[in-house]
Amino acid sequence: MTADHPAADVPAPDAKRRRPRAAATARLALLGLGLAVPFLADAFWLQIGLFAMAAAVAALGMTLLLGQAGQLSLGHSFFVAVGAYGYTFLAAPGDRLAGGLGLPPVVAAVLAVVLAGAAGVLFSPIAARLRGVYLGIATLGLVFLGQHVLANAPRLTGGDNGRSVPAFAVGGLSFGSDPGGPQYLLNVLWGREQKLWYLFLVVTVAAYGYLRSLIRARPGRAWRAIRDRELMAGIIGVPVTRYKAYAFLLSSMYAGLGGVLFAIAFRRIVPETFGVSLSIEYLAMVVIGGLGVAGGAVAGATFVAGLPSVLERYAGVLPGLSSSAGAPGVSPAVAARFTYGAAVVVLLLFEPAGLAGLARRLRRRPRARRPGP
Amino acid sequence: MTLFAQLVIGGLSLGSVYALLALGFVVIYKSSGVVNFAHPALLMIGAYVIARLSAGALPFAVALLAGVVAAGVAALVAERLLVRRMSGRSVIAVTIATLGVDVIVETEIVRRIGIDAYVPTHDPWGDRLVHLGAVVVPQSRIAALLVCAGFIAGFLLWQRRSRWGVAMRAVAEDAPTAGLMGVRRGTVSALAWTLAGVLAAVAGLFIIAFPSPGLQPMTASVALRAFPAAIIGGLDSVAGAIVGGAVVGLAEVLAQGYASNLTFLGTGFAGVLPYLVMVLVLLVRPSGLFGVRELHRV
Repeated sequence: MTADHPAADVPAPDAKRRRPRAAATARLALLGLGLAVPFLADAFWLQIGLFAMAAAVAALGMTLLLGQAGQLSLGHSFFVAVGAYGYTFLAAPGDRLAGGLGLPPVVAAVLAVVLAGAAGVLFSPIAARLRGVYLGIATLGLVFLGQHVLANAPRLTGGDNGRSVPAFAVGGLSFGSDPGGPQYLLNVLWGREQKLWYLFLVVTVAAYGYLRSLIRARPGRAWRAIRDRELMAGIIGVPVTRYKAYAFLLSSMYAGLGGVLFAIAFRRIVPETFGVSLSIEYLAMVVIGGLGVAGGAVAGATFVAGLPSVLERYAGVLPGLSSSAGAPGVSPAVAARFTYGAAVVVLLLFEPAGLAGLARRLRRRPRARRPGP
Repeated sequence: MTLFAQLVIGGLSLGSVYALLALGFVVIYKSSGVVNFAHPALLMIGAYVIARLSAGALPFAVALLAGVVAAGVAALVAERLLVRRMSGRSVIAVTIATLGVDVIVETEIVRRIGIDAYVPTHDPWGDRLVHLGAVVVPQSRIAALLVCAGFIAGFLLWQRRSRWGVAMRAVAEDAPTAGLMGVRRGTVSALAWTLAGVLAAVAGLFIIAFPSPGLQPMTASVALRAFPAAIIGGLDSVAGAIVGGAVVGLAEVLAQGYASNLTFLGTGFAGVLPYLVMVLVLLVRPSGLFGVRELHRV
């Protein structure tokens, strides 16, 4: 079991001493790049970034549950849907087509995450006593039940055509499109995408940091003990059931937060988006990134969530892709599904630690060549 | 009462199809320890080949044979290239790998179905009906019940009587000991996967036969309902797969038939009922109705 979970891999003592500074520098550089992006990229790339960060937050929850606690869930898209619809319903002023409470967006977002957590707690009597694959299939049921509820609640979902999501706002600052035409900040366009980029960046970095702190502390050790040998974990005094339920609760709250971001980024949500294939996408993200690794989940989410849009943009240049509907070749959406499906299979066969494992190999190689003392 | 009889026959017929799927699922689990999430993909491959070939000049029997062979070979390839190479890794890793295979295969078949929305089937039953007194049942449903029941009976007999059937049961019982006794575990695993592919193709034929218009993208989600069937019965129980299939089929068809009395549960409730039943069963028995409870030895 351990071989599949890179997080259990403890670096050699001397590597441990040298690594933090390099890793911290790399992280700072990435953060700086993240802050600079709105000044470098246009709205298209910013929008992809928003999709990627929304996916990343939910994927962090998935990697916590599967990679750290060793619990397989195919129900992630259900909790994402709770977050997305929770936010939309609570924040939207109700109208003729769809209901809503018209709460301030910040309150709605927080309540939506709490709602997703509550859904996770409601399911935990089942989640805590099932193991491995049984849990995977039981959570599959959750997705279908959720789809059924959404299909039969037109006041919540606005019917088959979906409903639009109210823009996010804090105090007087709105994160929606500017009604009064484009605004500029330091000679750079300062519109919806730019503002949302920073909002999403703050949320994603906080979600990432919190997960890392959990993984390094007591809960992380307890989850890994349960994952690797549940019975042993119980014997050495880990409250197994409580920690399993805790992992499920946290992961559903991460999914709910991811759902809120998802709704804000897409501006319009349709029930069928939140089906089984979305759950499988989250699974693909964490497997591609490397199970249990927070940074891997972010990288995998960027890959899987960004791929369709990027392929679509370059469909005319890439061979074998059709640039418009009806043209010969594979459509970008289909090509994206092929790519991530194949990536999952190939990585599991040849590099089970995913992108995180590949990165670790690259880091280690030059060190190995260095002459010994 | 007539309606009830009709629904029970229809439910048992659908249940036997689910049972066939769940049986393949359980056989794979028991002989190679893998939960095969690519099962809907195997069904789609078989059904696609049958539907496409039977539309041409080929006789139906040839198309059926080709579909069964295609699904069996696909399962064998998956076993050789994926499952065998990942032996010794965690069950969850192999399970996710089969999910990856499922994504690739289903994407390709849905792409091939394309804008037609469905591929019509040309089976010998068509949309003809059988009248048993006042009870009216489509011929294809009767055929499904008979053929699937025949396959299940044949499988049970084969498992009891034949050399390889006994070998398969031995591996399921205690794999290392079976290996020491000279049972070739690799061959047993390959055989189980091929068999599951064949059963999935047969089940696929009856899922796309009348009253369904043909092979649709959503056929895969119908095939997914074999998972609750297998779980309700218990993942490691052949008898459980059959019972689970019948439960799911009956529940679904009855809920569909009495939908007008169940409107308070929402439209399309029949489709989620299998999952609801599964969750309820798991609450009471976490290993399914007939599954062996996991015991821990310290």
